[in-house]
Amino acid sequence: MAAKKVDSLYKKRSDGRKMDEIRPIAAKVGVVPSADGSAMFETGGTRAIAVVRGPRVLHPQNKRNPQKGILRVSYGMMPFSVWDRIRPGPSRRSEEISKVSEWALDAVVDLDAFPNTVVDVFIQIPQADAGTRVAGLNAAAMALAHAGIPMKEMVSAMAVGKADKTIIVDVDKDEEDFHDGEGATDIPMAITSRTKKITLLQLDGKISTEELKTAIEMGKKACGDVLEVQMKALKEANTEDKE
Amino acid sequence: MSNHIMPTLQKKRIIEHITSGKRFDGRKMDEFRDIVVEKAISKNAESAISLKLGKTHVYAGVKMAVTTPYPDSQDEGTFMTTAELHPMASSRFDIGRPGIEAIELARVIDRGIRESGFIDFKKLCIKEGEKVYQVFLDIIAINDDGNLFDAAGIAALIALGQARLPVYNEETEKIEHEFSKNPLPLNKEALSFNTTFHKIGNQIVIDPSVEEQAVSDFRLGIAIGEGNKKCRITAMQKGKEGAIDTEDMEKILNLTEEVYSKKYAEIKKLVFD
Repeated sequence: MAAKKVDSLYKKRSDGRKMDEIRPIAAKVGVVPSADGSAMFETGGTRAIAVVRGPRVLHPQNKRNPQKGILRVSYGMMPFSVWDRIRPGPSRRSEEISKVSEWALDAVVDLDAFPNTVVDVFIQIPQADAGTRVAGLNAAAMALAHAGIPMKEMVSAMAVGKADKTIIVDVDKDEEDFHDGEGATDIPMAITSRTKKITLLQLDGKISTEELKTAIEMGKKACGDVLEVQMKALKEANTEDKE
Repeated sequence: MSNHIMPTLQKKRIIEHITSGKRFDGRKMDEFRDIVVEKAISKNAESAISLKLGKTHVYAGVKMAVTTPYPDSQDEGTFMTTAELHPMASSRFDIGRPGIEAIELARVIDRGIRESGFIDFKKLCIKEGEKVYQVFLDIIAINDDGNLFDAAGIAALIALGQARLPVYNEETEKIEHEFSKNPLPLNKEALSFNTTFHKIGNQIVIDPSVEEQAVSDFRLGIAIGEGNKKCRITAMQKGKEGAIDTEDMEKILNLTEEVYSKKYAEIKKLVFD
């Protein structure tokens, strides 16, 4: 669905995309051979790698759950992924994103069969052009599936936004920095594949409830496109494994 | 890289096999795996590259900033190397503060580059005593299939060789959000790359797998460069508890000559082309 005609200061996207058009996507699984599962997901200038290790014995012991395995997500940006170098190691930002990503994936993974273990998901961003947490989630969901971790359904994620009064899909760095009129609003979201539920939702900016409804609908549609690419990459890997 | 858990039987088997002159992947004792490089993996970096040595995979990137010089070198740029042995690369690595392996790796690479004079620090001075360029070299392990030391060392050189300076605005005295066409000033003839020799059984092995390096008695890393068209050593670091006897040292130095004649031209091409 196209955005409704509104009188907005934001009329044209710098890369010529339609308002509801996502950037070119590339996806691949099996990028880290020593891991149990791994994947790369790219939208435009944003690229994420995700690696799954586990289920494996969890240390320290007091973190173990005798009822089921636990999911542990660690998100980080590489020092050279952005213009201003990022110091290696965890930051307040990366810790928070790790946790919301963990919740987004925990909603679909089923670790009941693996008590006392942990499934580690490592997300790293080598190159960033906004939307790193959603790219990371897309890679992570693929890596979990690639590792054969039981999942109730897939997760696909996308950042929808608003520049002044125009709702846009798959926000890039220029758009994130739009300051005119109402400025930029960023709404990363993750949608499950079958039941179409929301497992990640954050918002920064200003938006009316009506606009947010539209944004979520547009996000759901974009996540559908992402899902197709994720499934295709997983199927391709499956054929390669059999050969 | 030693804390690899391995059953005694497996260890014994590897040592026996190598002593009989064979490696499990069929390589010769002094044979490197193929190097595959992908350049420009981050558009936001002065340079960022991906290097695969067989299945061992590392990223290396260069970022630059402007800073005040150190008191003892007022007319020279500064340089910092970090290495992250990320848990994505191997189940041996943990998240959090860098362990001794990562610290040693970063320090060996930093020293090798700094002391060889590869970077022309004087040319990184903007205004003596006030403003100099700061060079950050960041290395991240993506997949560990052995010999991260040499993979990371070569990746570091290529990242530096591919780096371009950001645009410096003399009026605002700040870096613009833009790259120039000027390369990072390097002394090309000072190029030297690290090769690690492992003693396993009665053999000296180059470019070990994870299993091979886990059972070695000692390792000796040698930075191999060129002087007067001949092999020149610019840095060394011995690792692990085993001791080097005269015969081993002789063998390693002969192999060093061999590695120089086989590899120097290839690596020079990867770094500067």
